[in-house]
Amino acid sequence: MRARPVRWLPLAPATLLLLLFLAGPIGYCVWISFTDMQLTGSSGTSFVGFANFRRAFADPGFRNAVWLTVVFTVLSSIVGQNTLGLALAALMRRASRPVRTLTGTLVIAAWVLPEIVAAFLLYAFFRREGTLNAILHWLHLPTQNWLFGLPVLAVSFANVWRGTAFSMLIYSAALAEIPQEITEAAEVDGASGPRRLWHITLPMIRRSIGTNLMLNTLQTLSVFGLIWAMTRGGPGRRSQTLPVFMYDQAFLKSLLGYGTAVALLLLLVGALFSVVYLRLMRVEV
Amino acid sequence: MRPTALAPLILATALTAGSLAACDSGSGGDRDTVKVAYNRSTDNKVRFKDDFLESVKRQFEQDHPGKKIKLVPIQAPDNDYATKAQQMMRSAKTAPDLVYEDTFRINSDIKAGYLSPLDDRLASWDSWSRFVPTAKAAARAEDGKTYGVPDGTDTRGLWFNKQILTRAGLPADWQPRNWADILTAARTIKAKVPGVIPLNVLTGKAVGEAAVMQGFEMLLYGTGENPLYDPAAKKWITGSQGFQDALAFVRTVYGEKLGPDVSDALDPNVNTRVATEWLPEGKLAIALDGSWLGQFWGPRGAKEWPQWPTALGRAAMPTQDSRAPGRVSLSGGWTWAIPRKAGNPELAWEFLKAMQTPANAVRWDVADAQIAVRDDVAKDPAYLKSMPGIDFFTGLVQYTHYRPALPVYPQVSSAIGEAMEAVTTGDSSPRQAARSYDEQLRTIAEGAVAAR
Repeated sequence: MRARPVRWLPLAPATLLLLLFLAGPIGYCVWISFTDMQLTGSSGTSFVGFANFRRAFADPGFRNAVWLTVVFTVLSSIVGQNTLGLALAALMRRASRPVRTLTGTLVIAAWVLPEIVAAFLLYAFFRREGTLNAILHWLHLPTQNWLFGLPVLAVSFANVWRGTAFSMLIYSAALAEIPQEITEAAEVDGASGPRRLWHITLPMIRRSIGTNLMLNTLQTLSVFGLIWAMTRGGPGRRSQTLPVFMYDQAFLKSLLGYGTAVALLLLLVGALFSVVYLRLMRVEV
Repeated sequence: MRPTALAPLILATALTAGSLAACDSGSGGDRDTVKVAYNRSTDNKVRFKDDFLESVKRQFEQDHPGKKIKLVPIQAPDNDYATKAQQMMRSAKTAPDLVYEDTFRINSDIKAGYLSPLDDRLASWDSWSRFVPTAKAAARAEDGKTYGVPDGTDTRGLWFNKQILTRAGLPADWQPRNWADILTAARTIKAKVPGVIPLNVLTGKAVGEAAVMQGFEMLLYGTGENPLYDPAAKKWITGSQGFQDALAFVRTVYGEKLGPDVSDALDPNVNTRVATEWLPEGKLAIALDGSWLGQFWGPRGAKEWPQWPTALGRAAMPTQDSRAPGRVSLSGGWTWAIPRKAGNPELAWEFLKAMQTPANAVRWDVADAQIAVRDDVAKDPAYLKSMPGIDFFTGLVQYTHYRPALPVYPQVSSAIGEAMEAVTTGDSSPRQAARSYDEQLRTIAEGAVAAR
């Protein structure tokens, strides 16, 4: 195709903005991650090469954070939000209108709440004198110090509670797209519910599953406010996922360079997940 | 053009317009306004500082017609306050004109180039000669220049509930001579007075420097000379027995359940709870805490408690095994400093002086239960009568230690907080936690360490 400079003209402002506000900061971040920049305690900043990255891989705190991030993402996003969202979407198709409206409103309300408000609600729910333990006590079930004893589980549940609406909406849309006659034909052929799910529904919404998993995972990888407000990454380092670890290093320990390097590595983890999902979506039926 | 292509274009234009408009909304340039950044207590009932600053602001605006003071309270735990203040000071657009700095962070911020020296101004300020030498040194950097004006200090010791101790069979004028005495008392209380927390030692990362200084260093400085940093050799100390012993003490307190529940102990607001709940409600027997606690219980305090002067006793924190001088305390305090990127340093200095008129200095030290750093304030009858026990805590000044005033200290403190948290939760033994501290210290101090 012949290059026609005029055609680029309408794109110029957008391109400029992208460069200025997106590529600019990212480039700056990449640069910081190769320096020893500090928030306080040193005025000069010098180039240190890969030192920050080498330091990260040698740091047990970082390895711990990577592991917890994977656990948190798998538990809350891939298992929790994704399956629960699909289940809700499927059930709501069969539910009566009032039930559908009520469930939808409740789930979406959790999604609409600001993260910090949701975090405090769930903190109040899980804390030792909180709602959950009150309910368990009333049912004569053993209570637990959730935020202290099972912090990753508590924050994962919080993330599921907050983020399921997104999956539910995506899957509702995807399920609505499945032509009625295919399902009916399968029913006539005598396919049972689980078989219809496995052989018809899931393959037909495969692309939505991929999109949903990707967006969910990327969003979950960067969850910070929820965890910070509920546990601050503690006790010890038992719920310190990568974003919390990064904040701790960059802002509490003042190591901006190191913290930024960790952030870049987090970006890398996200990219890896994305590649997997993109492949999943590309496979033809 | 397709209709869909229009949307991004409009959006882009709108964004540009929006971001350009945002650019000139910076407030750095106003010559008549002084922005004063300070930390507001996370307890909404605690407003001494706000009240004091409001009143000085009113005085100042009356005396300087046309000038405005803009108070910028930052309501956050101290760690987060410092982070926020540092971020503000990075840019001329957001830098306040006056900032409240903990003495343990000020050197770090000086090294980062956030603050401007005050020597020329101090030289022509007659009140400066009233400040005691140790306080003057608190905000002096390695370059010999002074960057902040301290407004008080503090000391630390053991507060105890006389009634609970008596019920446990301990004397009402309890004076422990070593660590073992403290642990024995705590064990006795645990056995004889069930339902109360025998001993609180602040711990963990979330509580920040309060835990490190008030909890850990009160122990560590009782284990020997210069246990954290050797000023003669200019080296930080690794591998010391004292460090492990202090961690072991913390481990004992939480491992034997002599302290509060671990999840409460690691809550970032635990120090407020000690002062406004546990002590006044008789739920805590002994607290290793600061001289200022009385401020919470006065008529304007967060938790009014008129009986406290008779209900509580005070004892000096003893050294590990009674070695001389037998007592230990740590002191800190806060200073007012002018950021290098402040838009209005002249007027900020005027406001600082207004806060430090003798009358205001007394008023502040009384309101915030500070230990005076000026000889005129220390002699003031209003100060001397302000709080029961102020003579006791002023008396600890002769045994007190100051933290190594070095730029890397906040990072060292953070590493100590981690070690404390690890032994408090039981994730590490004192030995493991000390070893991991040593490793971090080598990085932080860039090798300037000595083993002991």
